[in-house]
Amino acid sequence: MSLLSRTNRVTLVAGSIGLALVATACASTENKPSAGGGGSSTSADCAAFTKYGNHAGKTVSIYSPIRDTEADLFEQAWKPFAKCTGMKITYEGTGEFEAQIQVRADGGNPPDIAFFPQPGLLERFAKAGKLKPASAEVKKLADEGWSPDWAKYSTVDGTFYGAPLGASVKSFVWYSPGMFKEKGWTVPTTWDELMTLTNTIAASGVKPWCVGLESGDATGWPATDWIEDIILREVGPEGYDDWVSHKLAFNDPKVVAAADKVGAILKNEKFVNGGYGPVKSIVSTAFQEGGVPITQGKCALHRQASFYANFWPEGTKVAEDGDVFAFYLPGNDPAKKPVLGAGEFVAAFADRPEVQAVQAYLASAEFPATRMKLATYVTARKGVDPALAQNPIDKLSMEMLQNPDTVFRFDGSDLMPAAVGAGTFWKGMTDWINGKDTKTVLDYIDASWPKS
Amino acid sequence: MDFDFAAEQPKLVQLLIGVAAFLVVVAVILLLVDRAPMRRRAWTHATILLLPAVALLSIGLVVPAVRTTLLSFMSGDGMRWVGLDNYAWMFTQPEALTVLRNTLIWVLLVPLLVTSVGLLYAVMVDRTRFESLAKSLVFLPMAISFVGAGIIWRFVYAYRADDQDQIGLLNQLVVAMGGEPQQWLQESPTNTLFLIVVMVWIQAGFATVVLSAAIKGIPAEIVEAARLDGASPAQMFFRVTLPSIRSAVVVVAVTQSIATLKLFDIVRTMTGGQFDTSVIANEMYNQAFRYGETGKGAALAVFLFALVTPIVIYQIRQRREVR
Repeated sequence: MSLLSRTNRVTLVAGSIGLALVATACASTENKPSAGGGGSSTSADCAAFTKYGNHAGKTVSIYSPIRDTEADLFEQAWKPFAKCTGMKITYEGTGEFEAQIQVRADGGNPPDIAFFPQPGLLERFAKAGKLKPASAEVKKLADEGWSPDWAKYSTVDGTFYGAPLGASVKSFVWYSPGMFKEKGWTVPTTWDELMTLTNTIAASGVKPWCVGLESGDATGWPATDWIEDIILREVGPEGYDDWVSHKLAFNDPKVVAAADKVGAILKNEKFVNGGYGPVKSIVSTAFQEGGVPITQGKCALHRQASFYANFWPEGTKVAEDGDVFAFYLPGNDPAKKPVLGAGEFVAAFADRPEVQAVQAYLASAEFPATRMKLATYVTARKGVDPALAQNPIDKLSMEMLQNPDTVFRFDGSDLMPAAVGAGTFWKGMTDWINGKDTKTVLDYIDASWPKS
Repeated sequence: MDFDFAAEQPKLVQLLIGVAAFLVVVAVILLLVDRAPMRRRAWTHATILLLPAVALLSIGLVVPAVRTTLLSFMSGDGMRWVGLDNYAWMFTQPEALTVLRNTLIWVLLVPLLVTSVGLLYAVMVDRTRFESLAKSLVFLPMAISFVGAGIIWRFVYAYRADDQDQIGLLNQLVVAMGGEPQQWLQESPTNTLFLIVVMVWIQAGFATVVLSAAIKGIPAEIVEAARLDGASPAQMFFRVTLPSIRSAVVVVAVTQSIATLKLFDIVRTMTGGQFDTSVIANEMYNQAFRYGETGKGAALAVFLFALVTPIVIYQIRQRREVR
């Protein structure tokens, strides 16, 4: 006895063969060249892009932690390039970049290009052999465009993986020039003056500082910037490098002292958190909203990077005589002005010609220039005119970054192994603000440093 | 965001190929079974039918389980053997111990609360006029995903300084009664309890429905006999209802234990594991994917597996007894 009748058997076989045929028939359409190849357009606008070649019908995928408005601006900026070379650039921004890029790479589904904001993370992927070295063209562009410092951040074991993209200067304190003028406060040039100013403001009944640490998965990072800025000033640039590479322990007395200096502001109920509540409100305040009370006169100072210009309420004028402006976060010695900054690096998981063309275009001087014309943006690339900057802070940042005398250091947490830089350092800072003491938190972070 | 069918075409084609391939495989298996010799049919047929399942299980479960176990004895990048270091980390570092403590709190409290809340509710609404309405209301949260529930409850617990308008329900209630707004999710270990409330809110409906059905299954004669013997409501509950639905209670408690051990979404959405609220699954994700410490992540996964296994075995045996 058979389980199936004869007719059943025939239907079964015919049915599945039929379906399989349909499927393969559909599959064959996949390889058809896509219609409307942009490569055919040869207008004068496209002259600038001819050197990148024609990549009609090709697609390059980009994965990045940059989302929303900034992502739209990126897409707008490279649109002419994509159109003229005939390729399609698909862009995906995510709030969980650090975890998802690992998931995608492990799952055999990596993007063609990723914008790494953390050289430490880039190094992990490079060491695992997942990234492709940058082409000679990209290397050449990077050599001419950036100081050797910057190139170093995306070089792993002597191999160069990709040029920097955007940049930001973190050592800024945002304030309201109008408020300062009205109250007769002046911009401080030393740390002592800053603390005096803080006390003066507190005495006037206004909470001097406002801070926001909440940033989803990355909650805590703005506090790591505080610590980094102070270590850079207190321990010096060389000491900073040692700290980043763990030659200087995370719970070294020098680091503890630097953290306590930050704590004197962030953990003082009298000094924070303007407009949001007690010290503990720092960890539940979104970093994007952190500085906004300045515009309402509820606080006076907000230490945050140049890109904070994006987060002011619509219509806020960023200028020396406008609604908000920023001054350099002072150290003990006004003559020394080390700068803490950060940026993204364009590394590739594929080395197809069109991918390399995108990398080369993003490394050129044209891309940042196009992007800067659209809205606020900063790059550390030489040969980009700071005059293109949309606001005075961007312009100031560009001048600082392009100035060969500037002592620049990259964001430390981004250089450290992810377990610390994207893990225990962020988490530790959150716990610290939430009430744990400095030594306990730094011991915890130090213990989590990967042993190798 | 626009959905472009042409752009999605390759994926749709892949899907179609997948479906076709599946049908072909099923057809081949059925044909093989069909053609298999009559003698000792049971054996050959069973083998042919089992093969694909066994193959898929080993690809999807056994191989990854073995690999995870191996990884748990290796360093973060999976390059070196480190012996029991990862397990030592898990049971000695205060931060990892907090994770274990939280998981323990969850596993003890959630099944207990879900089962008792569900049972209480089921008994209370049993045979009342508005029973079906009451049951639908408590069952509704089941339709909300854990992530969705997490977001809803994060708003309930939201904090604003006392001079501002409260956007969180709980703090608004506190303020209305003349209290100070609290940062509910920031104080350990009470914040874990506030997260547990969310899980109970979601799962109580499930418990209610299952237990209510069990209560309805108690033979009417028994209930009647107990009534005639003059049993008080409390005696009725503890001597008649509870023993009669014992197996249903166990099933609810066991499924809740497993769901709780795997818990990830609520913690991730509401606190991201900050403020000492992390649980094993969340920490495993952080270690393995965010920090690149695959070894520690794998160790946590193995430990989680070891915790779930006895419960699963117990449940299977329980089911057999019920049968």
